[in-house]
Amino acid sequence: MAPGRVVPRLRLIASGAAAGGRHVAHLWRRSLQVRVVTTTMALGLMATLLVVAFVADQVSERLLEARSAQAVTDSARAAAQFQDLMDRYDASQAATALGGVVQENLLSISGTGGDSGVGILLLRRPDAPAPEQAVGSFAINRISATVVPEDLRRAVRASENQQRRSVELELASGAVVPGLVVGSQVDVPLAGIYELYFVVSLEPEQQTLDSVQRVLAIGMAALVLLLGAIAFVVTRQVVTPVRQAATVAARFSDGHLDERMPQRGEDDLARLAGSFNDMAASLQDQIGRMEELSRLQRRFVSDVSHELRTPLTTIRMAGEVLHDAREDFAPAIARSAELLQTQLDRFESLLADLLEISRFDAGAAALDAEPADVCGVVEQVIDLAVPLAERRGCELRVHLPAGAAIAEVDPRRVERIVRNLVVNAVEHSEGNPVDVHVGADDHAVAVLVRDHGVGLRPGDAQHVFDRFWRADPARARTSGGTGLGLAISLEDAHLHGGRLEVWGEQRVGSAFRLTLPRRSGTIVGGSPLPLGPAVPGEDRRGVRLARHPVPTGGIAAPSDLPVRVEDGPRG
Amino acid sequence: MRGRILVVDDDTALSEMIGIVLRGEGFEPYFCADGDGALEAFRASRPDLVLLDLMLPGKDGIEVCRQIRAESVVPIVMLTAKSDTVDIVLGLESGADDYVPKPFKPKELVARVRARMRRTDQPVLESLTIGDLAIDVAGHSVRRADEQIQLTPLEFDLLVALARKPWQVFTREVLLEQVWGYRHAADTRLVNVHVQRLRSKVERDPEHPEVVVTVRGVGYKAGPA
Repeated sequence: MAPGRVVPRLRLIASGAAAGGRHVAHLWRRSLQVRVVTTTMALGLMATLLVVAFVADQVSERLLEARSAQAVTDSARAAAQFQDLMDRYDASQAATALGGVVQENLLSISGTGGDSGVGILLLRRPDAPAPEQAVGSFAINRISATVVPEDLRRAVRASENQQRRSVELELASGAVVPGLVVGSQVDVPLAGIYELYFVVSLEPEQQTLDSVQRVLAIGMAALVLLLGAIAFVVTRQVVTPVRQAATVAARFSDGHLDERMPQRGEDDLARLAGSFNDMAASLQDQIGRMEELSRLQRRFVSDVSHELRTPLTTIRMAGEVLHDAREDFAPAIARSAELLQTQLDRFESLLADLLEISRFDAGAAALDAEPADVCGVVEQVIDLAVPLAERRGCELRVHLPAGAAIAEVDPRRVERIVRNLVVNAVEHSEGNPVDVHVGADDHAVAVLVRDHGVGLRPGDAQHVFDRFWRADPARARTSGGTGLGLAISLEDAHLHGGRLEVWGEQRVGSAFRLTLPRRSGTIVGGSPLPLGPAVPGEDRRGVRLARHPVPTGGIAAPSDLPVRVEDGPRG
Repeated sequence: MRGRILVVDDDTALSEMIGIVLRGEGFEPYFCADGDGALEAFRASRPDLVLLDLMLPGKDGIEVCRQIRAESVVPIVMLTAKSDTVDIVLGLESGADDYVPKPFKPKELVARVRARMRRTDQPVLESLTIGDLAIDVAGHSVRRADEQIQLTPLEFDLLVALARKPWQVFTREVLLEQVWGYRHAADTRLVNVHVQRLRSKVERDPEHPEVVVTVRGVGYKAGPA
């Protein structure tokens, strides 16, 4: 395989592993059960490891100790027997060579060295004085003298008593098994002091130990798995109802108010279910009452609307008839007819705005969204606002994007918002031009209305959307606005999932920006137009210029909170 | 006398005021103050137009509207104190041609009344086709093959407006201007509801209209012949 192909494959594996890791981490975070089972198994493993290690250690110690003691006893007896045999050797019998006798005696005691005796070594002391009759070293079972550690030999030579050492024996098969070498000194007549070593294999004990450890390991694994299974079963008993509760709660919060948890028995989980159900019932009750209240409120608003409007219509028509005939009246009565007429207009718009606001408050406002060109709506508003602007001596300048700005909006509401903003701007323009910009990007359309008039004092920006708020209470109300216009506009913007924001600076002017999502039902994020003193592009060809940074000072964003498109229940 | 108008409203002060205004404009008003007597008053006065309050004691305005529509194509204008979409749409669906929301100005009321009562003064001899329908403009009749289709004057005007320019897509605003005679500030829901009503009468399958076709995001146009 070419090296170039190895790297991607490795990367693939690495990314696969990373994905697996993420999956595990996700499971760990999300599942209480996985966490409990894993923790139980880990802790169980640690605990059983400790116990098993202790048990294995104890068993091996006892087993080997017993065997060693046995070996020591056996070799002591064998050594004594050998010494005894050798003591009986008589030089007079010298017909038999000493070497042969030693060999024979060693063989005769080899049976007494215990079952597991591997062999016997008779080694000549290296420091022994030259004997009368020298015999070499002997080995039974062809044991090499190298199995006897040098320090053991020194210890045997230095002591009258038996000495022992644990060693590793290499068997003829090549296997290495633990063993024990027990040594002592013997006196061989004519030949001097020799070292007699018994080599004992501990292999059977080691095998026993190994199998004990195997059994313990298997037991441990089984125990840990069992613990895991137990933890799984136990947590399932707890987790299943909790998950069920979570599902039920999620459905409840989605509006399925009849959702309840099954309640079995009298345990803690049953109590949880009981409490949850009580809470759900109480919430349902509350919501029901709120809905009823809201329905009554809407009904009241509707009734008030009807009851007020009918007499108002009569008054209005009577006023109009009087107004039309005012030329035949005395001047005071004629003026009275005029005042009646204008104030009726004001009263009527106030009533209309109040009813609109209470419709929002009751959550009865519904969005009639359809795809519409916001540019068209703006142009329509401008057409209607031109006479007012001319009266105020203010120039209305419109900056539209090259194409249409289509968005799913309620055109009546958008028109109302834009009309409000434009009329407000004209009223506060003090004869300076008013710029109306329309901008659009993939997600939102925006309308920015910028005047260069009185502007807003510091702190005013937070209040412009308040009901009946006036920038300057001393300022004469020349336009007859109701004081509810911007509050309604804000509600209209929220109803679309959009935002209405303001920027203003005293004697510099103010800017209102309406941002609406292109698709109804979504919440608007950023805005295609900047909000601030900078005005994006003054050219009439309508080319949208680059974004200007939005200054941070003086901007109120009353609608930054997420807004649901449909407020509350609707009847 | 320029026309007989039946005013059905339970508020006598308002009825009287409407009467004063209508008389001032040269109409001849008749009055009825409750829903139960409305149909009888309608039969007795044989008006050229009905002004109907939606909230009436006895039978409500919607029901009265349905009954009058069942036996006549006379224009009906609702007087509504509610401006909630549901009520208006319900009224239009039950057969009203237009609505005037309270409180209204006398001029506004008169303008709406005139708009509904204006008929083509000089009958034009004109035959149009739209879809598989044949329209006789002067004879005010619409037929599919030999089947005569009953339309109210407004529905007829709407159909004729579409049929006269089969190549054009009409926005709701344009239709409001051409058919209802409103220039500004009128409600495009009027058009939606009337198109639905028209379709229920002229389409073979109102769910899949072939005569009055919707152009999404723009408006309506005549279906191919």
